[in-house]
Amino acid sequence: MTATTERAVGSDVRRIDGPAKVRGLAPYAFEHEVDGTAVFVALVQSTAAKGRITSIDTSAAQALTGVLAVLTHENAPRLGDVADEVVVLQSDRVQYVGEPVAAVVAETSEVARDAAARVVVTYDAQTPDVELRTDRDDLYAPEQLMAGFETDSVIGDVDAALAAAPVGVDITYETPNQHNNPIEMHATVARWDGDVLRMWDANQGPHNLVPVITEAFGITEDRLHIVSPYVGGAFGSKAYTHVHQLIAGMAAKVTGRTVKLELTRPQMFTLVGHRTPTIQRLRLGAELDGTLTAISHEVVEHTSQNAEFAEQTATATRLMYAAPARRTTHRLARLDVPAPTIMRAPGETPGMYALESAMDELAVVLGIDPVELRLRNEPDRDPERDVPFSTRNLVACLRQGAERFGWAGRDPRPGVREDGRWLVGTGVAAATYPTRRRPSAARIEAVPGKPYVVSIDASDIGTGAWTALTQIAADALRVPMDRVDLRIGDSRLPKASGAGGSTGITSWGPAIMAAAEQLADRDIPAGGLTVTGEAGPGDEAEQYSSHAFGAHFAEVRVDRDSGEVRVPRMTGVFAAGRIINSTTGRSQFLGGMTMGLSMALHEESVLDRTHGHYANHDLAEYHIAANADVGEMDISWIDEVDDLHNPLGAKGIGEIGIVGSAAAIGNAYWHATGRRVRDLPITPDKYFR
Amino acid sequence: MDNQITLRVDGADTPLTVDTRTSLLDAMRERLGATSAKKGCDHGQCGACTVLLDGRRVNSCLVLAVTAEGQEVTTSDGLATGGTPHALHDAFVDHDAYQCGYCTPGQIASAAGVLAEAARGWPSAVTEDLVADATDLTDAEIRERMSGNLCRCAAYANIVPAVAEVAVEQGVRA
Ligand code: FES
Ligand code: FES
Repeated sequence: MTATTERAVGSDVRRIDGPAKVRGLAPYAFEHEVDGTAVFVALVQSTAAKGRITSIDTSAAQALTGVLAVLTHENAPRLGDVADEVVVLQSDRVQYVGEPVAAVVAETSEVARDAAARVVVTYDAQTPDVELRTDRDDLYAPEQLMAGFETDSVIGDVDAALAAAPVGVDITYETPNQHNNPIEMHATVARWDGDVLRMWDANQGPHNLVPVITEAFGITEDRLHIVSPYVGGAFGSKAYTHVHQLIAGMAAKVTGRTVKLELTRPQMFTLVGHRTPTIQRLRLGAELDGTLTAISHEVVEHTSQNAEFAEQTATATRLMYAAPARRTTHRLARLDVPAPTIMRAPGETPGMYALESAMDELAVVLGIDPVELRLRNEPDRDPERDVPFSTRNLVACLRQGAERFGWAGRDPRPGVREDGRWLVGTGVAAATYPTRRRPSAARIEAVPGKPYVVSIDASDIGTGAWTALTQIAADALRVPMDRVDLRIGDSRLPKASGAGGSTGITSWGPAIMAAAEQLADRDIPAGGLTVTGEAGPGDEAEQYSSHAFGAHFAEVRVDRDSGEVRVPRMTGVFAAGRIINSTTGRSQFLGGMTMGLSMALHEESVLDRTHGHYANHDLAEYHIAANADVGEMDISWIDEVDDLHNPLGAKGIGEIGIVGSAAAIGNAYWHATGRRVRDLPITPDKYFR
Repeated sequence: MDNQITLRVDGADTPLTVDTRTSLLDAMRERLGATSAKKGCDHGQCGACTVLLDGRRVNSCLVLAVTAEGQEVTTSDGLATGGTPHALHDAFVDHDAYQCGYCTPGQIASAAGVLAEAARGWPSAVTEDLVADATDLTDAEIRERMSGNLCRCAAYANIVPAVAEVAVEQGVRA
């Protein structure tokens, strides 16, 4: 190996996939197999939320020229034993509005859509139950939460501590249904080559899909090949297998053709998950000096008939602040809705919105600066697990953020700063996100005179993994980046964890380093040399509490005539371990913070209580932040290396940016107007309630 | 109903058969294999499909392919001349004005349209002087004019300086 003095990790190198992406030449899922031989799938969706199909008449659809097949529960191939939420076209049962009840395969997409509209389905429908309320008598405690967290945690006599506290708040916050809505709609191209199923698919890691798809089609792993080199955003919706991938596999099987199934934007609201709404009761008790004596965070949220998805909403509250008495609980209502799924920082995003809003409200009652209140409740160990933090730099984030934002000297009074029609305020909130790693393997092929081929079934959903992994490989091999030829996004590459839970870099990076280790000081024979390496969790998760931290500061302006809310500037400071690439890393924080702004001001999927569907199921009515919604974004980070957790010292940065962002904006809204909006989003009408 | 037409996309004429219902976007993506323009909604709501039609930006999902015959369709890919990227391509890479890259060709085609509109003095909702000969593409102007292109990765704060840099080069920003 050639020695190089320059380190790629930590530099600001540009994305290696950038030049292809800006011209539109990097192939996303739907853009494979463009030789004109592919055929197209269109879905027929249930108009009933609950009940049975009583008849399906496909004759008019079949009669159209160009229609190759119409799959229904009566004729579709039988699937293996897969989880209820991905069972599709197998029976007459319907469990949510929008569930696929038929799929048309046709020579063109126009004919497929036309034919789908001609399928006539009748239902024996029942009235759906989609309303989340805290007074439901069927709320239940799940066995455990997502990611294996305990459902409840209780330390000390919380009710007594709350009753005895000289100062306290008792407030309920609500967050709405939200949808991931990556701009690339989920798409699958599928073909059976003999008994091998090939898929070009938009997902967060091909290996994530292998167990369900092999089981569904009764094939062994070596007979499934999933390719996914470029993915147009995901935010959780592309993490798991959904029904469309199985429909594509069935349609390809029945027709013997290459099929393309691209969801429509409205279908993105029912078939690929959503973030559960939450109702969260926060009770905080404190001494007059702001020292917390009790924290209680009780969550009510929903799941579906066909899946138990128990979002870990209050788990960040278990470690954020010191307090002797503490309690978190989660209760679910099982409703007639599509299955929820993970959406950027599931748990932390809604949960920290509530906790950080409550901390602001407590600071107001106490008359203590909200930055100072957080500093006074900094724990020196994980307050529930009683283990040390591997690194915890929340205090540094708050101090640096206050400095950069110009927080000092802030007048705490609400509703007193005017600029013409505009009321102006500022707010702060803290952030945290767990640091984890998952087992992954990597392979390196070395041939004298050629770049090292580094292979791992990692996934770049916009995170910058193509570039960051190339940097890590270059440093591990001690060569410049152009001597690394990275291969990712293919189920035939060494098995790696999916892109999710901010675990990509902490899982894949060490696997590549372990493979490179195998080559250290070895001569490469003329015929080449192939090595593999594996890495995964050790006992660090038992020994330490490992989390990224951050602080958000926001300025908000509210038009007192229209209620319009603007966010002219935000500052975010993060302590998230080693940042592999300062350019793409900054973009991860930026994207998260802006999605938090979007959550604060715009996002809400409205469930129709009568019919059980999402009423605003497109991008004209489900608003996400547009360019003009975003102002100056000041992003920085603390120098931090967490090598107690993993050999890279990284923590993962895909999600922490969104955590707390909405709370900072809500808190600034209060400071501007003197009004608290405790149910997101903060739309203009709420100013006039 | 099938129609024989010839589409001119990024300088290449290709005869093809389309349904009367085929959008320009689907004609490119599903028939020509020209996949630079992306589909993010198919309803004119996201801007991912933005192309220039005879130099003006349009959502190609809202244009019927049969009506695009005889017009010059330019995607982000077509903005490059031979192997040389357009200044917007370089600026987007330099400013990391994207993440997943899926909205990006639409952003870039749209930005090319914005630069041309500013040079001709076309006002936007935030333009103060409605009769000026040319528009000064301030940050506020760029934010407003680029708001038809949604980016769920939310690279907006990087898109603005990328477009601004090229606007300066082209003399439409002070
Ligand atoms: S695909 Fe045309 S605007 Fe969204
Ligand atoms: S870069 Fe992903 S949607 Fe814009």
